[in-house]
Amino acid sequence: MQSTSRHFNSNARKGIADAKLQAALSKLSHGFPVKRLAAMARLPEFEALRDDARDIKEHTLANLGTYLEIYEAKVLESGGHVHWATDAADACEIILGICRDVDAKTVTKGKSMISEEIAVNEYLENNGVQPIETDLGEYIIQLRHEPPSHIIAPAIHLSKEQVAETFRGEHRHLQTGRNLDEPRTLLEEARGELRRKFIAADVGITGANMVIAETGTSIIVTNEGNGDLTQTLPKTHIVIASIEKVVPTLEDATTILRVLARSATGQEMSVYNTFSTGPKRPEDLDGPENYHVVMLDNGRSKMLGGEFHDMLRCIRCSACLNHCPVYKAIGGHAYGWVYSGPMGAVLIPGLQGLAETHDLPGASTFCGKCEDVCPMRIPLPRMLRSWREKAYAARLGSTKARFGLAAWAFLARRPSFYRPIMAFGVGLLALIGRRGRFSTLPLAGGWTASRDLSAPEGTTFLSQWKRGKR
Amino acid sequence: MGPRELILGNIAKSLKESALSPSSRQEIETRLSAHANNTVPRRGQGENEAQTALFIAEAERVNATTERLDGLEQVGEAVLRYLASHNLPGSVKVAPHPLLENVDWSKHPTLDVARGRAEDSDQASLSVARAGVAETGTLVLHSGPECPTTLNFLPDNHIVLLPQSQLVGAYEEAWEMLRGDSNAMPRTVNWVTGPSRSADIEQTLLLGAHGPRRLHILIINDKKTT
Ligand code: SF4
Repeated sequence: MQSTSRHFNSNARKGIADAKLQAALSKLSHGFPVKRLAAMARLPEFEALRDDARDIKEHTLANLGTYLEIYEAKVLESGGHVHWATDAADACEIILGICRDVDAKTVTKGKSMISEEIAVNEYLENNGVQPIETDLGEYIIQLRHEPPSHIIAPAIHLSKEQVAETFRGEHRHLQTGRNLDEPRTLLEEARGELRRKFIAADVGITGANMVIAETGTSIIVTNEGNGDLTQTLPKTHIVIASIEKVVPTLEDATTILRVLARSATGQEMSVYNTFSTGPKRPEDLDGPENYHVVMLDNGRSKMLGGEFHDMLRCIRCSACLNHCPVYKAIGGHAYGWVYSGPMGAVLIPGLQGLAETHDLPGASTFCGKCEDVCPMRIPLPRMLRSWREKAYAARLGSTKARFGLAAWAFLARRPSFYRPIMAFGVGLLALIGRRGRFSTLPLAGGWTASRDLSAPEGTTFLSQWKRGKR
Repeated sequence: MGPRELILGNIAKSLKESALSPSSRQEIETRLSAHANNTVPRRGQGENEAQTALFIAEAERVNATTERLDGLEQVGEAVLRYLASHNLPGSVKVAPHPLLENVDWSKHPTLDVARGRAEDSDQASLSVARAGVAETGTLVLHSGPECPTTLNFLPDNHIVLLPQSQLVGAYEEAWEMLRGDSNAMPRTVNWVTGPSRSADIEQTLLLGAHGPRRLHILIINDKKTT
């Protein structure tokens, strides 16, 4: 989709003023984060698994070219095809080409953030192929022509009444007076509608949570089972992956799956983890006859090894969004593109450059919660700080923001000033905030002018960090 | 230069300019063929009976139902009972699996048994799991002529036969079983943990999104053959 990240500040203000959005977002804190804590409590090895997961990805990234070549050879060996795409336009063209080769009319799709990134739906539609999103949330936002507002719960910004309205507008062949009051009836209606489409589709497109070098396997993780119907029923299965998704072995993928679901929804394991290797074997009774992998770069190879390298470890679990006071205040659409929250504020400038996105790194209170909860131990606050400094150095942004940044950058580079000042600020704010909220925050005027932020609970992130309380 | 060479070239350039230390090709090959375990949670470890109890508890936590049977001769009866308890017609699509060929279906004339892949009209299916993982109550199923993948996703009611001897503590043990079966991966390996669900509308958790609404696991005691 067309990015509107340059309008971040006004997008954010709109989000804050949107009552329906605020009602939807207010549920977030009681859902995923609570379940995540419960799942962690049941698994004493959770912290060790996080270390392992980080190390696996770091090792793979340090040898990325080698692992991708090995992965590619394995896919070919199992009868599949690998197509390399340097950017979104390349990837879209490759996918359309495959669809045309099999004379595809309709394409079902499993949920894929890469597919959102390259905006392949629009491209296929403009070229006479009809894409149908099948994940419930993606289906809803596709009907509404909206981008996802959350990386794993794309329709989290909507109420059931809004979904009902959308379904009434779209499913016109159904009775007009039907009851669509409850999430259950909405789900049943979508299930009924999509069943026929699963069966009629010529091509199924899925993303890949990971790909495995050892075996040439791609993995999808879902709860609904839509991804599996998407990739099992049509004759052709296309996987859209990006270069940083590769891991060495089945065991390595397993370790990452153990932290993924727990960090995301607080499930011990997602309902369906599916490992796909090549097309159906000749003797199999079902499965696709063709298996294609589109391997996308789109700016990632340039991030490798640099200041924002750590972001390439991201497994798109959404824990950083679910715990971010800024995300929970403004919602995902404010970020102006398909990614959002702390991971979006780091990744979007990384993929699109800072010129149009320089306000995004400001979307942080530096509370440090995102890094605390990130299963891959990605130093999100550090990278947000780096982007801010770059934006300042390049003289991007409004004078007001730049003045704040100048003061902030001055302090941040002089830890001996920064810490006591922030500690003083936090102490003061905890006082005026009276357990919970405050409405002015030094150096963050742009934020608090329109919004109360959660008051810090006692100590700064830095002082907690120093005491090893992470 | 094609896109492949461009991308691999950019990767090589970035790595060269970075402080990262790459491994040798030999080290990577060794790591791949060793496919060593990382941290494996202890919770799945123990005697087969304890693992079975954990498997049942974990599967039921995520809304699967389970039933323990003393042998294959009880399977037909169990399937009939299950279908009746949910007011379903007495018909089931069965995986053409050797284990299920040993079930004497003729003893149950009221049960209509068809073999093969699932069709949209099938309301219930019966397949065989390659393994069960106690850690999270997860079933491991894989594609092949004996176990079509559509059986796991199309019908509303999925019944799975799990021989108790195939129950392991951790996913890693299931990978070892698959590696022992064949030196190539099947087209599809499915880890299934409970029936299908979605929380995409107002974060309300609902069962039965696109896959099966119900998952019923028959654990067969197959250890008394000594
Ligand atoms: S940055 Fe970390 S917490 Fe955020 S989505 Fe990525 S892996 Fe999850």
